Amino acid sequence: MMGFIWFWLVAVMIVGYVVLDGFDLGVGVLHLFLVRTEAERRATLASIGPVWDGNEVWLLAGGGTLYFAFPLLYASAFSGFYLPLMIVLWLLILRGVSLELRNHLEVGVWRVLLDGLFGLSSALLTIFFGAALANVLRGVPLQADGYFFLPLWTNWQPGPHPGILDWYTVIGGLLALVALTLHGALWLTIKTSGELEDRARRVVTPLWFVLVALTAVSLAATIAVRPASLNNYFNYPATFIVPIGVVASLGGIWLFNRKVQPVKAFLSSCLYLFFMLAGACWGLYPTLLPATTGADRDITLSRAISGPHTLAVGLVWWGFGMVLAIGYIVFVYSKFRGKVDLRAGGH
Amino acid sequence: MTAELIHRLHFAFTITFHYLFPQLTMGLALLIVVLKSVALKTGSEQWDRAARFWGRIFAINFVFGVVTGIPMEFEFGTNWARFARLSGGVIGQPLAMEGVFSFFLESAFLGLFLYGEKRISKLMHWFSAVMVFVGSWVSGFFIIVTDAWMQHPVAYDRLPNGQFEVLSFWQLLLNPWALLQYAHNMTGAVITGSFVMAAVGAFYLLEGRLDEYGRVFLKVGVIAGLVASILIIFPTGDLHGKYVARNQPAAMAGMEGLFKTENGAGMVLIGQPNEDTGQIDNPIVVNDALSFLIYGTTKAEVKGLDQIPHDQWPTALPLLFYAYHIMAGLGTWFALLMIVSAFLLWRERLYTARWALWALLLSFPLPYIANTAGWMTAELGRQPWLIYGLMRTSEGYSNTVSASNGLFTLLGFMGLYLLLGILFTVLIYREISNGPEPKLPAVEAIQAD
Repeated sequence: MMGFIWFWLVAVMIVGYVVLDGFDLGVGVLHLFLVRTEAERRATLASIGPVWDGNEVWLLAGGGTLYFAFPLLYASAFSGFYLPLMIVLWLLILRGVSLELRNHLEVGVWRVLLDGLFGLSSALLTIFFGAALANVLRGVPLQADGYFFLPLWTNWQPGPHPGILDWYTVIGGLLALVALTLHGALWLTIKTSGELEDRARRVVTPLWFVLVALTAVSLAATIAVRPASLNNYFNYPATFIVPIGVVASLGGIWLFNRKVQPVKAFLSSCLYLFFMLAGACWGLYPTLLPATTGADRDITLSRAISGPHTLAVGLVWWGFGMVLAIGYIVFVYSKFRGKVDLRAGGH
Repeated sequence: MTAELIHRLHFAFTITFHYLFPQLTMGLALLIVVLKSVALKTGSEQWDRAARFWGRIFAINFVFGVVTGIPMEFEFGTNWARFARLSGGVIGQPLAMEGVFSFFLESAFLGLFLYGEKRISKLMHWFSAVMVFVGSWVSGFFIIVTDAWMQHPVAYDRLPNGQFEVLSFWQLLLNPWALLQYAHNMTGAVITGSFVMAAVGAFYLLEGRLDEYGRVFLKVGVIAGLVASILIIFPTGDLHGKYVARNQPAAMAGMEGLFKTENGAGMVLIGQPNEDTGQIDNPIVVNDALSFLIYGTTKAEVKGLDQIPHDQWPTALPLLFYAYHIMAGLGTWFALLMIVSAFLLWRERLYTARWALWALLLSFPLPYIANTAGWMTAELGRQPWLIYGLMRTSEGYSNTVSASNGLFTLLGFMGLYLLLGILFTVLIYREISNGPEPKLPAVEAIQAD
């Protein structure tokens, strides 16, 4: 029971991270292509300025939760994905610094450099996150002691000895890039005004078609690479609600963006991300990290879970702390709600 | 180079660089609350501007602290996987609690503090400053709890698979080691914050511009610096030292360079430990002082390294000795400088005493060195243990990550942090040069377009 609860609590942290940091990553990718003037760029960046750091906290809090609830998974996955995680860290560092410091520098050349770095690091991060999730779904060559080490690439095939990047995980990376860029565009339709808002709305259409195509391809590829992903769905047919939710939320994005209802379109995109991630987690459960070297080496829930007392105590403070955290988050978002107005104190 | 050494250097390098930023933000957060409180009480626009100026410095430091802090949480898993696997049930808790209780709070209210001043009331803005302070100090507490459990493991049990589990949540949080270390460490952060503030004040007065701000910064910096420089020695440093001596005798013997057990042990002020001869070369010693400081009597026995099996000696003995002596020596200087400066402030002579202003200005890097040396003392003193008495450092690193891969990313971090360091220095220098006065409205308007 504790295992079930903590599995889904960690999943909630991941969904929270992707939905929230997702839109500011998407804004990072988009701002390179969408904005025309310095004022538009300032408005774009001001739309995420007060919140991006809090959004990134979901990654840290999620990592910490994973560490204490599933120490074996944390130890195995973090050391096994050593190289890509270090690259993710470097990208997170570059991104945070370039976003936050451009406003402290008036010199044009510095700003161009920092803006470029911000866009590039945002794009690469979405690709790495997508590829990371695809790596977990595909499985890794776990040794008998529960550890592994993956090179960045081998022969680009998802066989028994894959690399971080193969054709399957690259699809995952591209899917994340497109989904989060679209998510960011919808955020901009809520937060910006004028021509910028129109451009953001127009860019949604082509992104949407690509997203629908990539969603279908990734679903087919996942079933091909790991057929066991479907077992839970066939055992509990009611859970086919998840793929139906994916389709419905894709429809919602299209419809509400067409009808110029940006908040509803953005929420549809949140639901899309939620259903995609929840669907992936459900496809894995109760495995946490499948082994390409034989199912008996899978890292499963029962193998990785912390001691009972740790988890019981954790449930109390975690619940209390997250209620508080959601309180601050709602408060901050409500203080900065509405369109960005540069004349009113930079927001 | 062995994998163990690379992984140790990896963590040591990244955390040493990281902690340059939080030690200032934690200290400054308190001082910004002081500035905002005076501004709120007196309605003074000058103190509000001073708070905004330090808010900008804080923001830059905060960003560098956040981005260099993320790797720290990852490295438990990436570089220290075998340790993470066994310890997650215990120290994973305070690390996750830091995220849940502190980072959400801090990031939310910092967003309000920096971006929201025109959207919220003055009282709410003051409250945001207080919450940023609370968030950063709570964050520090959870990190100290994590470290304290590695230094002095309490309230744990071992599961059949070898994993550690918490037996008492409150005993973990209220570990006596954690409380002493927290008091000492946070006082150290206030020293960094107040020395930096006083140094900027001294800089403005020596340059003969922005005098009115220079005086505010000096006043706040010197008063806070005086209080913190005394508290760092007594009681926090004194109590912490006594606790180390009783619970980690090997660490204390290494810090003091005490090779032989003595009744009435002396304290070496300066010298070079010689591991081959088991002596201190070129020593200057205060007789009986160590026994007195630890046990309150000049005749007490202090355990030397001769009573400790050689395989349990701190592995980097000379570095431990020097780190501790650098910290203690600088701590003495801080107290002297601040006592003199506070005296001059009280006699209303500080603002014109150029020699004192120069001393304050030139002393601003020293708290960074002292805080770093203090942490090196704690962590080198713990060696060869990763969890004191329970797990050796050699048993904890990720043995699937080769020395070569570790070196690859260590060099990557070194290059990246060199860039960050340069960027940081440029930015902070510009903020200090620009000063607290608002820019002309015309300039702001041009920037906005």
